[in-house]
Amino acid sequence: MTTTLAAPRSPYSRDPQRRGVNWEKWGWIYMRVSGIVLVVLIFGHLFVNLMVGEGVSALNFAFVAGKLANPFWQWWDVAMLWLALIHGGNGMRTLVNDYATTRVSRGILKSAILAAVVILIVLGTLVVFTFDACPAGQPADLLPTFCQAL
Amino acid sequence: MPQNSAEALTAQRKTTSRRPAGTLYRGREGMWSWVLHRITGVAIFFFLLVHILDTALVRVSPEAYNAVISQYQTPIMGLGEVALVGAIVFHAFNGLRIIAIDFWNAKYQRVLFYVVIGLWVITMLAFTPRHLINVFSH
Repeated sequence: MTTTLAAPRSPYSRDPQRRGVNWEKWGWIYMRVSGIVLVVLIFGHLFVNLMVGEGVSALNFAFVAGKLANPFWQWWDVAMLWLALIHGGNGMRTLVNDYATTRVSRGILKSAILAAVVILIVLGTLVVFTFDACPAGQPADLLPTFCQAL
Repeated sequence: MPQNSAEALTAQRKTTSRRPAGTLYRGREGMWSWVLHRITGVAIFFFLLVHILDTALVRVSPEAYNAVISQYQTPIMGLGEVALVGAIVFHAFNGLRIIAIDFWNAKYQRVLFYVVIGLWVITMLAFTPRHLINVFSH
């Protein structure tokens, strides 16, 4: 088998046979665009859950149900879920490409990352949009106060 | 623009050895910010996996969710949350630094690293005392 080598000092050019979408470029852009949005979404999430009021010690089902009964927080959390998991999954893919040395290990690790990202996006989205803030037959003191009006 | 990139190249050469120039990521501030970005990124990713699973328990029952979330309110986890927020805040500010040096001007990358450290210290000073009071006074 012969390999054609470019002439020395010829300028860098892409393989002309590789046409179509440059996925690595779009991944690079995605990391930056999603990163800016995630700074806003996650800082807001941390402020509301850890800084306002009694912070972490106030977290319970009633607190979360009160938030997720509001479409604003539903979309906030779903946007955070999708953007953060894809951002994190793509970052982990970069590390696997850098540090996993064999083709097989890279394939296994990247498949595991993809599976985790897909499963958790589906699970999280279903939870947010099928969630019932006032489940029947539960003790009233565990539920948000607005459930008593139902 | 050509003048800018020439200056950027000089700044890059100063940050690396006399041998191969042209990368911000070999040695000194550029390298350490890259190392910390990777370490904090991996830590945040694994927390994210756990955090989605624990939040999904709201769909199971109030008791199940409260049982797990109360684990986040113990003193040891409270300290862990300081580490988690520290990792997130560094990753966020350093990510903005990366965007700035990619789209704006790489010659400020070193001073921007110290800006990131400064903003991190300020943010953690605002967060940590309040959070630890919430954890340890309950």
